[in-house]
Amino acid sequence: MAWRDAKASRTRLLLFMASIVLGIAAVVSIQLFSQNLTDNIKRQSKSLMGADFIIDTDALPTDRAQAIIDSLKPDASEVNFVSMVAFPKNDGSKLVRVRGLKGDFPFYGKLETQPITAATSYQTSGGALVDATLLLQYNLQVGDSVKIGEKSLPISGALNAIPGNNAFASSVAPLVIIPYKFIDETNLLQFGSRKEYQFFYNQPNVDLDNLAERLQPLLEEENADLDTHTSTSQRLGRRYENVGSYLNLTAFIALLLGCIGIASSVNIYIKEKIKAIAVLKCLGASRKQSFLIFLIQIAGIGLLGGLIGTAIGVGLQELFPIILKEFLPFDVTINITAQPILMGVLLGVIISVLFALLPLLRTWYVSPLEVLRFSGDTSKQSKKAQYIVISVIILFLYAFSYWLIKDALFALAFVGGVLLTFGILAGIAIGTMKLVKAYFPKSASFTTRQSLLNLFRPNNQTIVLMVSIGLGTFLISTLYFTKDILLDKTELGESAQSANLITLDIQPDQVTDVENTFKANNLPIVDNIPLVTMRMHSIKNELVSDIRTDTTTQIRGWVLNHEFRTTYRGNLIDSEEIVKGEWVSDKNKNGSIEISISDNLADDAKITVGDAIIFNVQGVLMETVVKSIRKVDWTNLQPNFTIVFPKGVLENAPQFNVLTTNAPTEASSAKLQQELVRKFPNISVIDLRQVYTVVEDILNKVSWIINFMAFFSILTGIIVLIGSVRTSKYQRIRESVLLRTLGAKNKQILTITALEYLFLGILGSLLGILLALISSLLLALFVFQEPFAPSFIPFLIFLPGISILVLAIGLSNIREVLQKSPLEVLRKSG
Amino acid sequence: MTKILKISGLEKTYQSGSKQLTVLQNISFDVEKGQTFAIVGPSGSGKTTLLGLCAGLDTPNLGAVELCDYNLSTLNEDERAQLRNEKVGFIFQDFQLLPTLTALENVSVPLELQGNKNAESRAKELLEKVELGDRIHHYPSQLSGGEQQRVAVARAFLNNPSILFADEPTGNLDEETGEKVIQLLFNLNEEAGTTLVIITHDLDLAARTQQILRLKGGQILTNEKTVQV
Repeated sequence: MAWRDAKASRTRLLLFMASIVLGIAAVVSIQLFSQNLTDNIKRQSKSLMGADFIIDTDALPTDRAQAIIDSLKPDASEVNFVSMVAFPKNDGSKLVRVRGLKGDFPFYGKLETQPITAATSYQTSGGALVDATLLLQYNLQVGDSVKIGEKSLPISGALNAIPGNNAFASSVAPLVIIPYKFIDETNLLQFGSRKEYQFFYNQPNVDLDNLAERLQPLLEEENADLDTHTSTSQRLGRRYENVGSYLNLTAFIALLLGCIGIASSVNIYIKEKIKAIAVLKCLGASRKQSFLIFLIQIAGIGLLGGLIGTAIGVGLQELFPIILKEFLPFDVTINITAQPILMGVLLGVIISVLFALLPLLRTWYVSPLEVLRFSGDTSKQSKKAQYIVISVIILFLYAFSYWLIKDALFALAFVGGVLLTFGILAGIAIGTMKLVKAYFPKSASFTTRQSLLNLFRPNNQTIVLMVSIGLGTFLISTLYFTKDILLDKTELGESAQSANLITLDIQPDQVTDVENTFKANNLPIVDNIPLVTMRMHSIKNELVSDIRTDTTTQIRGWVLNHEFRTTYRGNLIDSEEIVKGEWVSDKNKNGSIEISISDNLADDAKITVGDAIIFNVQGVLMETVVKSIRKVDWTNLQPNFTIVFPKGVLENAPQFNVLTTNAPTEASSAKLQQELVRKFPNISVIDLRQVYTVVEDILNKVSWIINFMAFFSILTGIIVLIGSVRTSKYQRIRESVLLRTLGAKNKQILTITALEYLFLGILGSLLGILLALISSLLLALFVFQEPFAPSFIPFLIFLPGISILVLAIGLSNIREVLQKSPLEVLRKSG
Repeated sequence: MTKILKISGLEKTYQSGSKQLTVLQNISFDVEKGQTFAIVGPSGSGKTTLLGLCAGLDTPNLGAVELCDYNLSTLNEDERAQLRNEKVGFIFQDFQLLPTLTALENVSVPLELQGNKNAESRAKELLEKVELGDRIHHYPSQLSGGEQQRVAVARAFLNNPSILFADEPTGNLDEETGEKVIQLLFNLNEEAGTTLVIITHDLDLAARTQQILRLKGGQILTNEKTVQV
């Protein structure tokens, strides 16, 4: 019976199915991909690191650290640092990460170069491997030379990949690998340079957990760190799990939208079937039988939707490695596993039945009397049963979210957020209907009134259309606004006062010469900032070495190991604001040194105004007291500091300088960079224009992924929209035909329909954009802590675009009336 | 007498699969202004199709329909809709009320479509006349079959039609209610001079009209005036 009845309503049931297909496809494809990613990370664990374990330190190892390093017999080592390099062939210069390698690293995975032999020959021939993209950008070939500091080397090959490095990191500072033996000749490792030493071990038989447990605390004391391939891959796995969770949630939203579509379509479907159910009951069908007829139909549709969605999902996941290529440090091999497929099919059945259950319950309470006179009264429906179904739905949502993101609190927040958004949209839809009813414009034209009446008539689609249009628009607008906030944060000040070129690592004896170079190029010196490096020796009279061993301490580890780059000056800068205490510009007359720290350091080091810190300034201990805490806008691309000393304290300490300038054009910036690299090879230049381009490029890639996921929600929204509109098609056609029989012209029928859908489209999308505006404002205030200047694009493009789409779908529904003879349709309805 | 409806050589065929199905063949007759006219015949004889063609709800394959001095074949769909709106009234066996509108709103529709501001007061007046003055805000589902048909009668007379087509107007009503509705139709015909074209199985009802057209198998069997007692 279920099958026979379903055959008659084929098209409509297929539309229910379409609502969930895309959501399931999205969830299955992401699940499959996440599983493949985890498997790949596990399998490629060693080749991701290139070694079994690494010991690294950001300064020359201390004697004790060196003893540990040597005792383990490293198989390879390197020093890496960021520096400018020059290409004499075309006078080009570029900030790169230089890696001076000794030994046969990597032991696992491959150093991918072009030509392939360059991967090993560069060590013997004494050449450099240069990032392949960089070679293309600067039109360089193998054989051309690269000048690193004071050392010129021939380019042995193009570097395509090295274990542990990803495209994302390379876009900021591309890699140049040289043999370790040339590092000294570059003369770049001078005082103040930021560098990292790494020692690689090829020891497959070592018990890594035991090694880490034994050595990690010892190495930490010496400001060194031990990373094993297992811990690194676990960390990497966790990082991608987070990305997977986010993608899963966006897929889940698409699925939820489909569920709303199902609930709404089944609601109207069952309403239209009430007479048929009453007839069945008159003929002796039990409540259970009539309920089961429709339950089996819906479950069957869910199963079919699950199967189709899963099949699409399996096909789609092949796309993810391509989409995420830039962010993955390795190639992903795709395997099809059973679990996500089984989940997809089951999900289809469960969500279809669950979300159809509320309207399906009505079949239970249909009276056979409906055969004699249709009342449409379903108030007899048990409230208890409704509450149980709603509770089961919420429970399912929570359980599924938890399964996707594996975080109870976050899952709760997500479900709460989703219910709130749905609630707001549905609430406003109901409110709108009530408002239109209460303040019905009786004097408006017939077509206007008729279209407004359609909003709150029986079997209206106002709520489901507003929720699906609103949610779809909300998603894309939020993505758009958030992208805007992120981009605004990195935007450069275009005024002549703000620096866009930062020169680092200037030795004291070079300052005047660099300043003169600026002046010779007619470029202003915006800032001349002195830098003094130091570490914390004690915090609040407790030795840092003791705090390290204290397992109960709340002080974050980085504070204890970090080499701080501090400065001294008499005034605050634009990106700073005092939030506690008072600013001190000069050394106190009584001799005490009163410093200012940033709020994030205060939080992480559990320090407040009045607390004492003793710094180790290159061997000299210096007692200080925190006098103020500053809020620092770190996103402002200019030199910012966690610790600022007053004037009159550090002037004689070993230091180096940062000079900044504003180069008005790219050409003037390039010219200055070339000159600086030629004259002062040890100086690094950061061109903020380039940084901004890189950041924008990364954000564009991220937003592409986000948009790709939003696409599922939007497409599902459109299907739900078509489904909702099609569900009421028959009723609307009948009414429109009747109007035409009574003398309505095509224009009047079209106007009635057009106004209704235009109203729904405009209100739904406007609501979505406004909700996105609020959520983005909250994100800007509480997450990004940035002023929010919303873009007009969602209002100018999304609002009319989505409204027109809704209008087109609505009008396509009524096409039949305009094409067919009224008599034909009247006969059908009779 | 003036002819309000002139039918000549009408033919209507439908495509049924690969076959052509002729529903009406060589139909010609006239209806005079103010006349009461009945079309009778067994099921499948083409009565409703004929009514649809006469009222411009459908177009014939052959022949011509002249309604209220307009040749329908020269009018497009919108012009035919305007003609129906201004000159024609309808009553259907299954009432055909808009389920989402109240009785008052249903009756107002024809004048509303014209943009007439007095639609509501005129609709109220007519609903009073059909004794539904106290049910004007009820929806069709809240009315009995007889009440629904009386709403349909009020709607049909709202625009003072020149001609009213009634398709089995008592088909879904009990005898007593049916009689009330018929009486209403005839009274309004007498008061307003509206031409009444009724399709019916009920020969007693047909006998109360001034002329009866009998159809069988899509062709006219007889077309004769009745003898009024």
